[in-house]
Amino acid sequence: MNESYDVVIVGAGPAGISAACILADAGIKTMVIERGEYAGSKNTSGGVLYGYNLAQILPDFVARGCPIERNIVESRIWYLSKEAGLSIGYRDSIFANERKNNVFTVGRAKFDRWFAEQAKKKGALIVASTVVVDLLKDASGKVTGVVTNRQDGEVQAKVVLLADGVNSPLAAKTGFRPELKPEHVALAVKETIELPSEVIEQRFGVSAADGVTTEVLGEVTGGMDGVSIIYTNKNSISISVGANLAQFAKTKMKPYEMLEAYKLHPMVAPLIAGGKPIEYTAHWLAEGGFYTIPQLAGNGYLIAGDSAMLFNALHREGSNLAMASGKMAAEAIIAALKKNDVSKQSLSSYSKAMSESFVLKDMNKYRGFPGFLYNTHQLFDELPHVAQFAAREMLTVDGVTKKHKQKLIMDEVKKKIGLLNLAKIAWRGWRSVK
Amino acid sequence: MTMKIEDKLFLDRFKVDEESHLKIIDGEKCKKCESQACLFLCPAYVYRPEGDRIAINHEGCLECGSCRIGCPDLNIEWKFPKGGYGISHKFG
Repeated sequence: MNESYDVVIVGAGPAGISAACILADAGIKTMVIERGEYAGSKNTSGGVLYGYNLAQILPDFVARGCPIERNIVESRIWYLSKEAGLSIGYRDSIFANERKNNVFTVGRAKFDRWFAEQAKKKGALIVASTVVVDLLKDASGKVTGVVTNRQDGEVQAKVVLLADGVNSPLAAKTGFRPELKPEHVALAVKETIELPSEVIEQRFGVSAADGVTTEVLGEVTGGMDGVSIIYTNKNSISISVGANLAQFAKTKMKPYEMLEAYKLHPMVAPLIAGGKPIEYTAHWLAEGGFYTIPQLAGNGYLIAGDSAMLFNALHREGSNLAMASGKMAAEAIIAALKKNDVSKQSLSSYSKAMSESFVLKDMNKYRGFPGFLYNTHQLFDELPHVAQFAAREMLTVDGVTKKHKQKLIMDEVKKKIGLLNLAKIAWRGWRSVK
Repeated sequence: MTMKIEDKLFLDRFKVDEESHLKIIDGEKCKKCESQACLFLCPAYVYRPEGDRIAINHEGCLECGSCRIGCPDLNIEWKFPKGGYGISHKFG
């Protein structure tokens, strides 16, 4: 394998493959190294992708047979107590028509595999079943290639793009991103539950091609800073629940038991009733936010996607940030190779492009949000309880005056949280996203 | 009826490497460990108490990395399985 490439990309996920497509289009000799037996085989996510960002890489992605599960026409948000839940949703026919594929669900094992095939068609070389265990550096510290676990497994490269995901022992070992602390990630587990497509369409009130996403907060994460989801696929439903890893370690709750409890929740159980679980996966969410983003470019290397901690927790955006960063990294590489200068200074046109784009602007806007969630346990225990109490009182018709019910609710708020505390939470929450 | 973790892992496809990609660096530290976080936070129940030591069932590892950074003593040597080994997602 002792070969030489213009660019070696570590990881065949959305960031790495986006970059590979752009580089191959520009005629640059590119190798993508993937540790799984095929691209996508190690990858998993809630499962939404964003058409806008994919079209920036492959404008004709639909014609190319992109394995879309369902086009999302409705987004729901639930706030759950243990046995009840508040629900709001927004459905818009524009997302079934003019803005079709704005958001759609995918199975990442299928999607990433297809995406990698497109890069291959453009001329990139995809090498699977190969782990990058170290980086080659010259005397000045400039990255000059990668070391794989294969025999004679060194590959020389003018530039290396690290796109190996949030769980990156490589980034930690080489110091390009400090090893993560448990509070910087959420651990999510997901079950894919098979159901006939007509049943899914009936339960969610959608037509054959369309689907619904549901983001869930509340007591389902047992007081921990966490989130859960219910996403519709063609013949299955993805159910996932996750929470901050540091809080998992503290509460000693088991992720798979939390998932089981979630599946039994009265808002969730009817949607998956009769379904057959077909897969169970686990993955981190790069929840640390803006403050945990590493230096994006250095001498001979760049870092993109989840490896760079690009994740917008509030808007559940990650795959699009990966694609956009992969594209910008590729453009910086093309410019650098043209100048024959792959120094940090030359490659930092990537950092500049990122700062000026929605990727870092959004991450910066919400920089306080991960800390707000992490430090406000009331969002995941007392508040859902109080919301349940209030809704129950107001919806129960029992001859008690509304004025008295209002007083009961206020008493409950005062007892469980306190009015001043509630105002403080609202204020801090607003400040963290404004 | 709730599903046990063993049944969940049974849904997944693994290509098992005989050699474990996970290793406890110093077993003595585990004996004194109060948190025993690995027993709880691992989503695949890879770490299990066995007498006064902790056994590793690396075959069912979902490769999330949580044990590596969640161990309060950072006492776990964590590598990716060899290329092509470990879990292979079907849906993802």
